Amino acid sequence: MSSISELYQSVILDHNRSPKNYRRMADGNCTANGRNPLCGDELTVWLKLDGERIEDAAFEGSGCAISRASASLMTTAVKGKTRPEAEELFDRFHRLVTGRLPGDEVASLGKLAVFSGVSAYPVRVKCASLPWHTFKAALDAPAGAARQQPIA
Amino acid sequence: MSTTAAPAPAPAARSLDAARVRADFPILSRTVRGKPLVYLDNAATSQKPRAVIEAVTRYYTAENANIHRGVHFLSERATEAYDAARAAAARFLGAGDSREVLFTRGTTEGINLVAQSYARTNLRPGDEILITAMEHHSNIVPWQIVAQQTGAIVRAAPIGDDGELDLDAFASLLTHRTRLVALVHLSNALGTINPVRRIADLAHAAGAVVLVDGAQSAAHLGVDVGALDCDFFACSGHKMYGPTGIGLLFGRAELLERMPPWQGGGDMIESVTLEASTWAPIPGKFEAGTPAIAEVAGLGAALEYLDSLGLDAAAAWEGELLEYATQQIAAVDGVRIIGTARDKASVLSFTMDGVHPHDIGTILDDDGIAIRAGHHCAQPVMRRFRIPATARASFAVYNTMDEVDALIASLQRVRSVLG
Ligand SMILES: Cc1ncc(COP(=O)(O)O)c(C=O)c1O
Repeated sequence: MSSISELYQSVILDHNRSPKNYRRMADGNCTANGRNPLCGDELTVWLKLDGERIEDAAFEGSGCAISRASASLMTTAVKGKTRPEAEELFDRFHRLVTGRLPGDEVASLGKLAVFSGVSAYPVRVKCASLPWHTFKAALDAPAGAARQQPIA
Repeated sequence: MSTTAAPAPAPAARSLDAARVRADFPILSRTVRGKPLVYLDNAATSQKPRAVIEAVTRYYTAENANIHRGVHFLSERATEAYDAARAAAARFLGAGDSREVLFTRGTTEGINLVAQSYARTNLRPGDEILITAMEHHSNIVPWQIVAQQTGAIVRAAPIGDDGELDLDAFASLLTHRTRLVALVHLSNALGTINPVRRIADLAHAAGAVVLVDGAQSAAHLGVDVGALDCDFFACSGHKMYGPTGIGLLFGRAELLERMPPWQGGGDMIESVTLEASTWAPIPGKFEAGTPAIAEVAGLGAALEYLDSLGLDAAAAWEGELLEYATQQIAAVDGVRIIGTARDKASVLSFTMDGVHPHDIGTILDDDGIAIRAGHHCAQPVMRRFRIPATARASFAVYNTMDEVDALIASLQRVRSVLG
């Protein structure tokens, strides 16, 4: 498989074309904006937290295939997780896209493993991780307050 | 000089042998990701011919010394070479007097110098600076800073859907309050060539001075500051086949003489006491500290190289490349060209339906093709066209029609990978 087809796996292309959870959330209680000033990518992440549990997650914005697919799969993956579980997932995801996750741990990421090809493209790591950094900023934002997350 | 029996052809008729030109640029023979490098990011920075690389190496290997301060042999030689490069730069820009050419770090520094020295001392609250909606951030932000410092106001003339400056709107924004007009000669984001002379005439009639951002035009259009009738002209060595870290600022002598220095230090003074100092005459007044001597040597070599190619021939060849690429790219599904001005040069900015420019850039890179994807330091242009970014191929004298074909083939691959 060429590195391009490893980067643009069909799951990523599908989520780019029709992203999940792509909507403005009216009843969320945390939100944050993320932007990558280098390329102009922008997105907003909304969360609905019930105590420590993430009941719902959604996003909107403009970005490349990698960042859209990442936001789509991320919002799907964190739904139903507790805050520490989601943070731990982010940590593993980040190690995956920066090429620091041992091979035998990749499968534990489930569908998120489709981003393994990103590590061969250091400039694209920011694309994959921008939604996650924005998610983290939303988690840490006091209820109702929008947080700016300037660089992923 | 070669001697031949045949009469020398007129300079304008000199045609360009791209294969021969390519041989002058060592980097063009390398591969990237296993493919021959196709370098189409020339608006970001151009590659360097061997003559430039060797001039920098020669300076460090055999000539290194500081200028204007030694009585020894090497320092005298370095000073002579430095002054000779300034004279060559003045000829290149069409400046009558080499005292009107300052060495800077690049276009950005040249514009900031004019903002902080000329504009900051001359602008009063309510005065206006008129720019255009197609400026690079480096011809926006310095004016915003000086506006904050002085109470002046920055206005921007709009552009049309084709990326041409709206001249009527420009003329109506130009009033007795306008003290300075700053505009790009050749837009890095759109490829638009602005009618600088016409604008300068209008601006001068309104009593404003004119700064031209020549970052892109210096190597791709050719410049004659006399014919443009501008008061300031800024450009960057690295975009004209020269080194990074060096640029030129032309300023009319009578303006430069009245402007205060913007940095103080060695070399820019006439005399210094602990209480007060007096300034050196121009251009020294604006060149505090040890300058980029090696880079000046490299820039001098770049100007000589451009001269040997003939700027007219280079521009004509780049025009053919742009025209061919513009034609061919229409065959790629969903491509929209951003910037369709009648008068364009060297830049082809585009978007592709359903595909983000970053993804285009990554797949082209996999084929060894270097383009730029992003906002090109022109966020207001992106906003004007309601797009987050564009992909941009930008041509230089060493590019070939085969490389245009490679670009188009790779764009077809983008379509097949991303649908
Ligand atoms: C139109 C234009 N103006 C100004 C600049 C700034 O040039 P530099 O970064 O060399 O100072 C650029 C470079 O990208 C440019 O394209």
